[in-house]
Amino acid sequence: MSSAAFVIIAIFTLAAALAAATLRKLMHAALSFAAALVGLAAFFFLLGAEFVGLALVFIYIGAVAVLIVFTILLTRRDVGEDRGFNWAGVIIALAVFCGLTWSILATQSISIVAPHIRALTVKRIGEALMTGYVWPLQCVGVLLTAALIGALILVMEEKR
Amino acid sequence: MSKSIDQVFVNAKQWLLSWLAGSPTWLIQVASILINIFMLLAVFLTLFALISVLERKILARMQNRYGPNRVGPFGLFQPIADGIKMLIKEDIVPERADKIVHFLAPVLLAAVAILTLGVIPYGRNMASFTIDGGILFFFAVGSATELAVFMAGWASNNKFSMLGAMRAIAQMFSYELPLIITVLPVVMVVGSLMPDRIVAAQAEYTFGVVPRWFVFTPWGAAAFILFFVSGLVESNRTPFDVPEGESEIVAGHMTEYSGFKYATFFMAEYLGMFAVSGLAATLFLGGWHAPARVLEIVPSYIWFFLKLSVLLFVYIWLRGTLPRTRIDQMMNIAWKFMLPMAFTCVIAAAVWHYAGRGLRGWLWSLFVIAIVYSALSIVLDIRRKFAPRVYRFAE
Amino acid sequence: MTPTLQIFLIVSAALFSIGLLAALSRRHAIFILIGIELMLAAANLNFIAFWRFAPQPHQPTGVMFAIFSIAISAAEAAVGLAMVIAVYRHYHTTNVDQLNQLKG
Repeated sequence: MSSAAFVIIAIFTLAAALAAATLRKLMHAALSFAAALVGLAAFFFLLGAEFVGLALVFIYIGAVAVLIVFTILLTRRDVGEDRGFNWAGVIIALAVFCGLTWSILATQSISIVAPHIRALTVKRIGEALMTGYVWPLQCVGVLLTAALIGALILVMEEKR
Repeated sequence: MSKSIDQVFVNAKQWLLSWLAGSPTWLIQVASILINIFMLLAVFLTLFALISVLERKILARMQNRYGPNRVGPFGLFQPIADGIKMLIKEDIVPERADKIVHFLAPVLLAAVAILTLGVIPYGRNMASFTIDGGILFFFAVGSATELAVFMAGWASNNKFSMLGAMRAIAQMFSYELPLIITVLPVVMVVGSLMPDRIVAAQAEYTFGVVPRWFVFTPWGAAAFILFFVSGLVESNRTPFDVPEGESEIVAGHMTEYSGFKYATFFMAEYLGMFAVSGLAATLFLGGWHAPARVLEIVPSYIWFFLKLSVLLFVYIWLRGTLPRTRIDQMMNIAWKFMLPMAFTCVIAAAVWHYAGRGLRGWLWSLFVIAIVYSALSIVLDIRRKFAPRVYRFAE
Repeated sequence: MTPTLQIFLIVSAALFSIGLLAALSRRHAIFILIGIELMLAAANLNFIAFWRFAPQPHQPTGVMFAIFSIAISAAEAAVGLAMVIAVYRHYHTTNVDQLNQLKG
């Protein structure tokens, strides 16, 4: 795990996330959000969880980001730009960040380097999903079906 | 002898890397990666140039014309002339366009196409990079195409662009489902997401004659056809070129692009076509394996590119033959026919596996597919048979 | 210097705070959704980092948790965006400050 890769990915991810949170144009923010998730997937690759990184790119870039830009287009009348900005939110976010950083730095037991691990192959993940995690998997399936139907009903035209 | 010809490119790379012997490991790694990237780009950009001129010539033959025949021998230098023309053309960016996104869209599209090409093995020990979830990588990276097309359509600030992008995303989303689900039976049967393993699983011959390619099983044949049609849609080729239908919406999401950016779009489209056909060859047509044991003397990469060229010829052939489909018909067939058939392929592959992978499994899976196919065609046909013909117009 | 667990956690905390910033300070409903997604992403990074740095060998629990969390956040995004569209149909706005009909 090289530190150069880490620094590059961290700067890219945080810059894209910050752009997603602060840019005025909605569409730019949505595209920066997609870029931030690519950076996050790179983090997952760096940490050796390739499958999760690929799944993240697949689901977020392929589906969620496109869904967001479509929603922006469908609710276009009053947007394009978002003017309201609440400065209290900045203060709260900064306070949360400082608190989290302080507590992380104060905990000495987590300043460890990564141990050597057996590569996490797709096969192992599949075996885990099909043995110990079958019930969660089924529940997620039911949840996704319910979400699909719920989203459809929400956006269907109302009958007069 | 044939072994050394087969491995000539692998050995050449080893020989190049041996010059660096003694240098730090990271340098050798970087050099190895750079060689892979260079070879990938060199081979596929040459193929792109070749296919673009061959496509015009084959289409011309189908229409009783000659096609390009002025530049160089048989018009083979035509792509160079086209490239120079594209390079020196003015690059027009619309006044009201979103400049950054307008610029990034073709770059992203080309990058995605090149990345997806990287996981396909072109020959024995010849893949640009191997990754444990190679097939998943292909689709994960490939799904960024939709975002790139959307960026192009939105940033151009033109209603034709936006309409084209909307159409493109609608059809890509609909056909991505059958595209991915038809890959599932292969992954299930092989038990791996690595393209190398999938190719290796198709190595042997039944009775010593028929190669064990997945296309020779009933579920494989059905999945191959579904995959090919979905791939046709994904690469926006005729008869599914609704997003850029010239007679309707100028050029779809590419309307506001000119000069080299337009050429990049064009290139990305062809590279995406190579990637999908390469994946089809890898998954169903045995990858780089020879079709008969005697023919294994011929190097593996030649077999891969032969299969690729056959698939590309079918693409061109379809383009010369079929008219453009209507978008509602296209969506109908995606959701009502292709998706259920894709799921049937998964079930048929499971039946094939549990019936012993032999003749019995072959017949049983054929039975499953035949039943679902006929049931689907009856159900989909019933309402249409006696109904008067309805013409629909845009509202 | 190789990155330690602490540095990963700090990056994750920064990502979480940025998500919080987007969710708290913007008025547009889609921005709030983006903020929530960013916070969930930060949580996923934590799961993976803790899995990677835990003493070996062990089950891939963190990875499993991240996979399920990604699936659930995708469902959440779909329903959330559908709600944004439904609200927009009724009120013709997506500014959350103007959705105050229950206010006394």
